[in-house]
Amino acid sequence: MKVKALVFGILLTFVIGSSAFDYGFKGMKYLIPADSIRFVVPANFPKPVYDFKDNPVTGNGFKLGRILFYDPLLSKDKSISCANCHQSFAAFANLDHVLSHGVDECLGTRNAPPLFNLAWQKEFMWDGGVHHIELSPMNAMTNPCEMAMDLNTIVSRLQESKQYPELFKAAFGTAEINSQRVFRAMAQFTGMLVSANSKYDKYTRKGPGGEFSPDEMAGYMLFKQKCSTCHQEPLFTDLSYRNNGLDLKYDDIGRDSITHIEADRGKFRVPSLRNVELTAPYMHDGRFATLKEVLQHYNSGVKHHINLDPALQQNGGLGIALTAKEQGQLITFLKTLTDREFVNDKRFQAPQ
Amino acid sequence: MKTNLLLLAFIFALAATALANPPKGKIKDAKKGNLSVHFKNVVNGKDLRLNDSVSMYKNANGDDFKVTTFKYYISNVILIAKDGGKVAIPDSYFLVNAADSATLNQQITNIPEGKYTGVAFTIGVDSLRNFAGAQTGALDPAKGMFWSWNTGYIFVKFEGQSPRSTARKNRLTFHIGGAQDPNNTIRSFTQRFPKTLKIIDGKLPELELVANAGALFQGKTVVDFSKLNFTMGGPNSVIVADNYADGLFQVSKIRN
Repeated sequence: MKVKALVFGILLTFVIGSSAFDYGFKGMKYLIPADSIRFVVPANFPKPVYDFKDNPVTGNGFKLGRILFYDPLLSKDKSISCANCHQSFAAFANLDHVLSHGVDECLGTRNAPPLFNLAWQKEFMWDGGVHHIELSPMNAMTNPCEMAMDLNTIVSRLQESKQYPELFKAAFGTAEINSQRVFRAMAQFTGMLVSANSKYDKYTRKGPGGEFSPDEMAGYMLFKQKCSTCHQEPLFTDLSYRNNGLDLKYDDIGRDSITHIEADRGKFRVPSLRNVELTAPYMHDGRFATLKEVLQHYNSGVKHHINLDPALQQNGGLGIALTAKEQGQLITFLKTLTDREFVNDKRFQAPQ
Repeated sequence: MKTNLLLLAFIFALAATALANPPKGKIKDAKKGNLSVHFKNVVNGKDLRLNDSVSMYKNANGDDFKVTTFKYYISNVILIAKDGGKVAIPDSYFLVNAADSATLNQQITNIPEGKYTGVAFTIGVDSLRNFAGAQTGALDPAKGMFWSWNTGYIFVKFEGQSPRSTARKNRLTFHIGGAQDPNNTIRSFTQRFPKTLKIIDGKLPELELVANAGALFQGKTVVDFSKLNFTMGGPNSVIVADNYADGLFQVSKIRN
């Protein structure tokens, strides 16, 4: 009897032990002190696209990604870091910059998008040309008008630095530095940028601080009626590409540059409206400075381009009819999508 | 107590064996051998020499050109056994760069011993890896064969100059890639060996694979450099991929 119990006990220990190990690197590493560095799917969110299965978030991996994100060493003349165009207080967009600025005062062609909830995106950039979160920084790193670097130079600069070999060792077990480790560390940082604590989220989760005012509620109802076809909850985008009638002729052809399909000309990714209060200016080229201008565009500025989205040409009219009062209510609602906890989160700000 | 200790030791030994054995359940692995693969780059029968502007090459349209860059991927190598069985080489990705002589001689390791009569492989990189995250080794994007703005691998990269090219500095830029329809440029290659290849543990037989850069510009569509001198994915890349699908590679020698 005693022997049986002992055998049972040992087997049980073994089974529990091995399954705990299986459960992950995930489960194990999350238990170590850097417990605040943990990827959590918010209760009102769908399943993420990037699940960190091959790149489990660790305190040290995240830390490395964060340091890289804020390090101008990644640009040709060591003048700009990712954070130059992705500022935490602007929900990681570029406040007041219509287009992104690179090295040597080079002016880009597109408005730097905000960075949050990237783990739910299957494609990146305004035209969807980047297919994986890990590779999304490569564009800015190598674009001659942005950081103007090549990956080999980045890797060798990091290898030659004093601090990085140790940081890579802490993050990945050995001091080896290669592009994959750079990208994975950065994905740990950028993937962790989850924004899901706006007033709207609290309202949805029926939590404290989630009481809508009558105007906010009226705006929300209008939103559901007039905007949610493209800006679907809870991410406030359906992640599709659409032509919203900005121009009759597009200098920047958008999605067409990736698909080479004429029906995609002038289409751009539907941006999330979360934190939209903080991410001015708006549109792929930053042409609108305020939310009011954006709503005026939808009310009366939509142009009849051949690829104009069907949702913007209904009942024989162009755009979305919105009275001044409705526009005001919509903007009031859009401000409930601002996530102060996210933009003030110290974990995401410049390391000391 | 003694029984308990013995039992404990037994259980640990059992657990250790279970952990040490891979789950595939093979009791004894068959013997394995290696194969040396030599890549020989040519242009329509002539040896490919980079930056040779003294003796220019000619494409099928009669346009003179010189070559400054020639790089390509082959992947997912399958050896066809004499009995018709297919032996897939796991994780086989090879990048050849005409400017880097080290890449001209590569090895395929851990091939089951036996006789093989042919080979099949993907020209380029399979769709899965094109859309996977950051890779290492031959697929490291730092190798300069990866597009950052429309992510995915460049399968074949040819750069050069031709007096017929209307591009700036008479450049020729053919970056062939794209893994999605309708502009999918992944192509596959299959060929019977000129003679049977024998893989034997401890020996190093050699396979010579000739890569003809001229194949990009002939075949289905003869390329006129005054009309097509630049492509980075898209419909024109498909034209070039359709050209080289048959003519880019040829197994010229097997040396057992």
